[in-house]
Amino acid sequence: MLDRSISDRLNILADAAKYDASCASSGTSKRNSRDGRGLGSTEGMGICHAYAPDGRCISLLKLLLTNHCIFDCHYCVNRKSSNVVRAKFTPREVVDLTLAFYRRNYIEGLFLSSGIIRSSDHTMEQLVEVARSLREDHQFRGYIHLKTIPEADPELQRQAGLWADRVSINVELPTSAGLERLAPDKKAPQIEGSMGSIRSAIEEAGDARKRFRNAPRFAPAGQSTQMIVGADGASDAQIVGKASTLYTSYALRRVYYSAFSPIPDASAVLPLKRPPLIREHRLYQSDWLMRFYGFAPHEVQQATDESGMLPLDIDPKLAWALRFRERFPVDLNRAPREMLLRVPGLGTKAVGAILAARRHRTLRLEDLARLTRSIAKLRPFVVTADWRPTQLLERADLRARLAPPAQQMELFA
Amino acid sequence: MSRAAPTPAFVTATIAAPDDFESWRDAARDLVRRGVPPGVVSWQDGESGGADLFGALSAPASAETVSGANETPVRASKAFVEQARLAILHRDPARLDLLYSLLWRLQDKPRLCEDPADPEVLALAALVKQVRRDIHKMRAFVRFRAVPSEPGSSDQPGSSEEADAHYVAWFEPEHRIERHNARFFVDRFASQRWSILTPRLSLHWDGEVLGEGPAARREDAPGEDATEDLWRGYYRSIFNPARLKVGAMVKEMPRRYWKNLPEAREIADLVAGAQRREAAMIASGADAFAAPVPQGLEEIAAGIGACTRCPIGCNGTRAVPGEGAAGARLMILGEQPGDNEEIAARPFVGPAGQLLDRHLREAGIDRERAYVTNATKHFKFTRQGKRRLHQNPTAHEIDTCRWWLDAERALVRPRLILALGASAGRALLGRTPALARERDALHRTGDGTALKLSVHPSYLLRLDGEARAREEARFAADLRAVAEALQAEMVSGIDPSTGSD
Repeated sequence: MLDRSISDRLNILADAAKYDASCASSGTSKRNSRDGRGLGSTEGMGICHAYAPDGRCISLLKLLLTNHCIFDCHYCVNRKSSNVVRAKFTPREVVDLTLAFYRRNYIEGLFLSSGIIRSSDHTMEQLVEVARSLREDHQFRGYIHLKTIPEADPELQRQAGLWADRVSINVELPTSAGLERLAPDKKAPQIEGSMGSIRSAIEEAGDARKRFRNAPRFAPAGQSTQMIVGADGASDAQIVGKASTLYTSYALRRVYYSAFSPIPDASAVLPLKRPPLIREHRLYQSDWLMRFYGFAPHEVQQATDESGMLPLDIDPKLAWALRFRERFPVDLNRAPREMLLRVPGLGTKAVGAILAARRHRTLRLEDLARLTRSIAKLRPFVVTADWRPTQLLERADLRARLAPPAQQMELFA
Repeated sequence: MSRAAPTPAFVTATIAAPDDFESWRDAARDLVRRGVPPGVVSWQDGESGGADLFGALSAPASAETVSGANETPVRASKAFVEQARLAILHRDPARLDLLYSLLWRLQDKPRLCEDPADPEVLALAALVKQVRRDIHKMRAFVRFRAVPSEPGSSDQPGSSEEADAHYVAWFEPEHRIERHNARFFVDRFASQRWSILTPRLSLHWDGEVLGEGPAARREDAPGEDATEDLWRGYYRSIFNPARLKVGAMVKEMPRRYWKNLPEAREIADLVAGAQRREAAMIASGADAFAAPVPQGLEEIAAGIGACTRCPIGCNGTRAVPGEGAAGARLMILGEQPGDNEEIAARPFVGPAGQLLDRHLREAGIDRERAYVTNATKHFKFTRQGKRRLHQNPTAHEIDTCRWWLDAERALVRPRLILALGASAGRALLGRTPALARERDALHRTGDGTALKLSVHPSYLLRLDGEARAREEARFAADLRAVAEALQAEMVSGIDPSTGSD
């Protein structure tokens, strides 16, 4: 076991890490190594250095320190009772790999997580050591994301925040009942308690920096979390509700959704059929509605059907508009920004362009065509100088006209 | 304004280099001052090749032609200058005409660039967007290869040679963004020596100074780097074959970059393998959930004999069905049949079964009235000479076989289940229990059935002396607790309200 090559272990431990959706490397403090004494830089925007055939960005070296685990969470490929091949890196090896990849411009930095070995504290110490060594021994100024372990000592979690750009704890499942059933070793109050302490630490560090320029930073890129979709019975409405609570209670930067994938050697307690990937996409769209489009959580929930699920064939914004047709059409030359953002087919950029353009001219359909992707979708919902939908909004078949033609979304749907 | 002056028939303006914004700005400012409207200017950027055609008509700015017309300053909004700096890097030869036309119109309409619906403003935005994207892709897709400072030194990542090596990349940008991007690479890699070679020019950083060299060829860059194998392995492993989305990948990593990306060599194999892999993954377990639930114990007995859903089911041994009647109040659950059980096709008939029988008798429990079965129905063993040595089923095998156990529980509907050993516990709880801690209490399963956890009698057989005596006593106590619980159930069974706690 110990003599497994770096290459074999890298493959095992990257394979084990791929179920974490987050790969963000943006939103941290700006750094560079112009002084010639360190390595790396960060800008406001992260960089995706490659894309895998699953369409996901590869920005960070995403690794588990080890996939040995004393926990037995059913949805996890690394659970104690799973038959996967196990491997382990030393902190030094992870540091060297990160630097070697970074020097060749493969990555923006490191995303490090781990199975629980021996104890939560022992594991957390090792994670912190990797980050410390990168920052102190090698003056590494790239991005570091540490997955922290809620059961570990709070002091260790604090140290993680001092070295890392972002820290995260996965809430794993949208409901406590689901967590109890599928992750018997994890406790929801503990997870959320840790998220609460991280929030306080981030805010305290922010306050301190306002007064003392050299006060230490704490996780400048904030904290995030991840939820598995489709492994328990939670509806989209429940998930959206949970996400919005997490955003407000713990000031999270992001809530990631991960459609449950059938994993090798799956536990029989799990469904074998995965939820359609489009469901994950719809949840992300609803997340966008709340973060950038001024939708309240209950408004997103209004877009769901009786069983609390978002429609799969149309996006949640269109679903909301079809339900509240009395709010339309929206006059593009007069309506306030909040109302423009509600128009299906208008993104934040298009809304910005409309607001800027209408200071200079009265918008007509041809202007709209230049500022947006497609006016066919917009027509039923907007009024311009030369256009007013007459009966379109009342049509019973409006939804059918706007939904994309049925197609096979996935090979194994 | 100066534009009232008589306009020349045709003017050629040439800039020093195609990405030289300062040179364009000087020339354009000069032309605006002289009142030369956009329609009569032919812009040459030094790389387009047509400079000589109108060379004769070229009227370079000089003091005499400008005299008298330069009182009004030429104005341009900050937003325009910012965008023009980027747009000039675009390969489109028409970009200079567009910029000049916008600059010309800005003189009368200083806020022109704030109207995104203007076709020329829109066209400028489109150029800028493409250039920005190219700038970003270069930052993303440059791949350095290390040339060790001393030949023959170690390739180990992390060795000190890593810091001293020279990092060289070959890159082919779409637009003329090389110089613009140099700063980014200096900021990021100031402490290492690097070179970026491109078909137009090469950039060199020696640790202190940024230098520029002539155009390069792909062969000028090193052909290999051992760390690249690790990176390609990483790329293969981080890919999740259960979510193939080639379109999304190609959108962000267009094919034209692939030839210079070491990891792109893996794509074809990954895509081809993905569908196969997922289909196999689902097929390996899917039938357990598709089959109709058995309606009788005989059906289960027949079904397990034909079951091949896990490796033990396929090992050629005989399945051992549960024994007892539907409606039994007590279910006794073991781990798996052993050597003797497999031969007899009956549960708990070997040495462990005999030990169990004795303890049941002593506790006053009638085995004949209980339903006795196992967590997995086949005998898992390794062969050692002529002997078949018992092997524990894996968690996955237990979880798979649980489908049969659930069917048995649904038919028998016991009031209490006695689970012998950790495997039996797992089959009921969905997790492996800690027996030492959990055996004392009486538990409830999800459907409300009482559950008593204890050790497997074969564990007792492996002990001797004092330990054996101590553990047997504890086992006996567990069985007495079961007998008492059954008694209590029988009494309370008359009145459901006083049933469980």
